[in-house]
Amino acid sequence: MKISLGQKILSRNEECAQKNREFFKKHKILCLNVISSPGAGKTSLLVRTIQDLKDQLKIGVIEGDLETDNDARKILAAGAAAFQIETKGACHLSAEQVQNALKMIEAEKMDLVFIENVGNLVCPSAFDLGESKRVVILSIPEGDDKPAKYPGTFAGASVVLINKIDLLAHIEFNLQRVLADIRTVNPTAQILQLSAAVGEGMQNWYNWLKEQIEK
Amino acid sequence: MHETMVAENILRAIVEQAEKIGTRPLSAVISCGQFNTLNDEIMQFAFDAAAAGTVCEGMTLKIKHIPLRATCRQCKLMFEFDLYNPHCPGCRREEFDFEPDAPLLLEEIEFEEPK
Repeated sequence: MKISLGQKILSRNEECAQKNREFFKKHKILCLNVISSPGAGKTSLLVRTIQDLKDQLKIGVIEGDLETDNDARKILAAGAAAFQIETKGACHLSAEQVQNALKMIEAEKMDLVFIENVGNLVCPSAFDLGESKRVVILSIPEGDDKPAKYPGTFAGASVVLINKIDLLAHIEFNLQRVLADIRTVNPTAQILQLSAAVGEGMQNWYNWLKEQIEK
Repeated sequence: MHETMVAENILRAIVEQAEKIGTRPLSAVISCGQFNTLNDEIMQFAFDAAAAGTVCEGMTLKIKHIPLRATCRQCKLMFEFDLYNPHCPGCRREEFDFEPDAPLLLEEIEFEEPK
């Protein structure tokens, strides 16, 4: 005997994400879900952003990592509130984990909350965390085939940051190909080229952040 | 391997239905889109692991992969988009508008007939 359901499988995550979204709206918080491969520079980007903007904005960071609190310690040292979620092997964060972490950093006092997702270009994109916008980072040394190989992740981005752009002169990397591949699956995303390590292009990123906060 | 979390969610939903119906579930059909797709073998593996020792142990999952529809901005052809070969099959251009991608759904469960 068969029964038809047509039921959303991730409905629990979606309900929780919706609560997070309402929380961000109520407290006028811009929440960004930051997704990239391991080593693309998520933490470095956040550290530099916090150092440069902490006098203007109250910033909190939720860190997702398999193990260790190294990243959270770097964020605290930079001058923002931080809470580390150790996923113990899980390859992505869930909305429920974020909901708990929001309490730990007293997110209601923040202007800007970053969720640094687990380094992975596949799984995190399947889980809505209730974020206001999604940021995907791609770095030059990873190679120029990433948007073509992981189209689902790039399709969901509001902004794509091409990090470590200072290395472009030293590495074979077809920037035009990358821009075209991102456009193919995501015609509307902002694409910014920058280097969190040397500071190049960071002002465009800060301008984008401030525009989103003012909206 | 987000299939693990998907498996736990499917399992919970099937157990809930099995309690209402009162017989053993045999198989289920789930469907997914292209951007957040599931790998068939990993999905079954993750489900088997989650279902061990429950009423769902031994169930088979069938995964329907729902195509993503796109329209070419150039020649207006509507076609099933291949994420790994992103060209218009008509004019080979690479600019498209997409229909919404299919969500992850538990479509159907088959149960043993009541005795």
